[in-house]
Amino acid sequence: MSATGEDLPSAGPAGRVPAGGPSRASRRTRRDRTTPPRRVRVVLADRRGKRRAVRTIVELEEQTSVGEALVRSLVRAQLRTALLLTLTTLGTIGILPLLFFWLPELGAWTVGDVKISWILLGAAPFPAMLVVGLVYQWRAERHERDFIDMVEN
Amino acid sequence: MQLNPWALSGIVVMAVVTFAVGVYGSRSAHTTSDFLVARRLVNAERNAAAISGEYLSAASFLGVAGLVLRDGVDGLWYPIGFAGGYLLLLMFVAAPLRRSGAYTLPDFSEARLGSVGLRKLTALVVLVIGSLYVVPQFQGAGLTLSTVTGLPNEVGVALVALVVLVNVFGGGLRAVTLVQAMQYWVKLFAISLPAFLLFTAFLSTPSADRGELVADMPPRFERDTTVTVETDVVLTVARPVLLRAEGTVNGAPVSGAVYWAGDRHTVAAGTELRFTAGSDVPVVEGAVADNSSWAQPQDRGPQGLFHTYSLIFATFLGTMGLPHVLMRFYTNPTGHAARRTTLFVLAMLGLFYLFPTVFGALSRLYVPELLVTGDTDAAVLLLPTAMLDNWLGKLLGAITAAGAFAAFLSTSAGLVVCVAGVLSTDLPSGGQVRDFRLWTLVATAIPLAVAMGFSSLSLSQTVGLVFAVAASTFCPLLLLGIWWRGLTAWGAGCGIVLGGGLSVLAAVLTEWGPPMDGWLGVLLVQPALVTVPLAFATMITVSRLTKDRVPLDVARIMLRMHAPDRLGFIRDRDVERFGGQGGQRRPGRHRAPEPD
Repeated sequence: MSATGEDLPSAGPAGRVPAGGPSRASRRTRRDRTTPPRRVRVVLADRRGKRRAVRTIVELEEQTSVGEALVRSLVRAQLRTALLLTLTTLGTIGILPLLFFWLPELGAWTVGDVKISWILLGAAPFPAMLVVGLVYQWRAERHERDFIDMVEN
Repeated sequence: MQLNPWALSGIVVMAVVTFAVGVYGSRSAHTTSDFLVARRLVNAERNAAAISGEYLSAASFLGVAGLVLRDGVDGLWYPIGFAGGYLLLLMFVAAPLRRSGAYTLPDFSEARLGSVGLRKLTALVVLVIGSLYVVPQFQGAGLTLSTVTGLPNEVGVALVALVVLVNVFGGGLRAVTLVQAMQYWVKLFAISLPAFLLFTAFLSTPSADRGELVADMPPRFERDTTVTVETDVVLTVARPVLLRAEGTVNGAPVSGAVYWAGDRHTVAAGTELRFTAGSDVPVVEGAVADNSSWAQPQDRGPQGLFHTYSLIFATFLGTMGLPHVLMRFYTNPTGHAARRTTLFVLAMLGLFYLFPTVFGALSRLYVPELLVTGDTDAAVLLLPTAMLDNWLGKLLGAITAAGAFAAFLSTSAGLVVCVAGVLSTDLPSGGQVRDFRLWTLVATAIPLAVAMGFSSLSLSQTVGLVFAVAASTFCPLLLLGIWWRGLTAWGAGCGIVLGGGLSVLAAVLTEWGPPMDGWLGVLLVQPALVTVPLAFATMITVSRLTKDRVPLDVARIMLRMHAPDRLGFIRDRDVERFGGQGGQRRPGRHRAPEPD
């Protein structure tokens, strides 16, 4: 593989890459005839450490023991977060049938004219699950940032 | 039932708009890559709308309200599970699956475990799940059309099949993405506005005239009602009821007044039953007879508890195994985008599922005759006209009918694209547009024939069954494949065969076997709580036994699935596979395929 600094990916949406300098316009006119405007690869501001990052990526790909350990710890961290949040969901939403089964009077409580069980099952779980999802997203991306930091330093 | 021109025009408008958007969207679809993965230029919000649009099927739009009408508060676990599946999908599957670069489930299994045999096996399971899932969509369409027009079921079924076929023929997934995204909003509008207005109408009725839903008695007819039973039903009454019947009851011909006390009464198809206002509603066997038990959660003992947990298992774990949902994740450019999309889906579904409950609860008051015929799935369609006897009721009825039609169209289109995609890429001829179109025809024809032939199960029941199959096959394959290095092709294959075989067997026995009560009956109706752990255990045990067959490149694949997007390990397998032929290069967005 050709892992030069130039080739380092910037696999985000196109808009996130800063626009190129004056050279961009000229390049575009040159290409217009044959291909649609091509996104220009721009060297990001922090060049420092890039060479070493490349070395670590190569290490990761070639499965040296260091790379292996890094990936294993990332996978473990992500899995731990996911399992923990699954247990949280089970403990809050998943426990409801058991609660209603053991304590039938809980199902009979009302708020105003509406039974509390209908609110607990008909409306409450949806925002609750969305919150769990947001927490997961936030944690997972932090693990990935940590991983990148470790690779690049 | 007589013709309802309002609702019919709603359906026609829906079909025409779908067709027009499909044509508009297909103008730019030409290459294989366009057809299969919508060129991966779809942003997260639209992709999420498309996934939700595709996912909200007849079971969600009609079935959930019907279940609430029939089973009461315990029926609410269906929508919770339907939405909650995406939470697990987000946490365990979305990003790694996208980064693996696999474009279908069979492709994932081959990429991960390096076995062509396993690929064929999973393709077969995709076919089974896909076809099983299209059948209730077509049936629901038939039900909707016959409810609003009085036409025979077959016409509705054929119409939906035709519209689906035209759309998929035209532009594959690209057109379907546009159509799906639009249809989420159509469905949300079509359920939320009527629910809101009907609820307002209910609240503005003077409370003396308002029905009660919690009292310790069966639902009652609000006015004189005539019910014609379309299929043979067994009815139960909680308290004696006096009615007039015309036809065959308990095996003997009747004409005139009947007095029903206690227990079960068999009513033959074609029998007409007349009830006076204020009399109790007899309900079909299996539905909850009195209102206090209907409003009370977990009122059916330990078997009810088992059923609820088994349902939770099936829906939460089955969602990640639905092939048409997974395929759409491939249209996300990165793992990060896949996560974002899933979060949006979770929010969109949560919003939608607030409304069918309102329909279900109000139906218990205003259209209790559905409990007599057992057609509880028609509640959403009939409630507006039953509650409001004016132009507004008709208009709202037209809106819900159009929404229901949108539900069938989008889900069946998505499934057909998925099944056709799998067939065309997993059979030797490989990936030409022409093949895709041919397989679309096949993928529509099979469920069409089945839907014409059988029409007995309720929508949510069939869909619940599909979830059980998906949860016992693809869920363990994905979870273990993504998170456990020890999985082997043999382990995966044995688990899929056992889990899938048992859950399909349970379905077959429920549908055609002798009627079963007690624990065995509950287990057969909702087998996931047993079959899913069995499938997991089989996969793990057999993988341990075939340890020497763990793929050699497993570390590399784990790296690709879990490494952050920025490091650029994503490599799309369709680019590798179809690379040359017409697939446009997407500079900068992905790595070009590298010769190995």
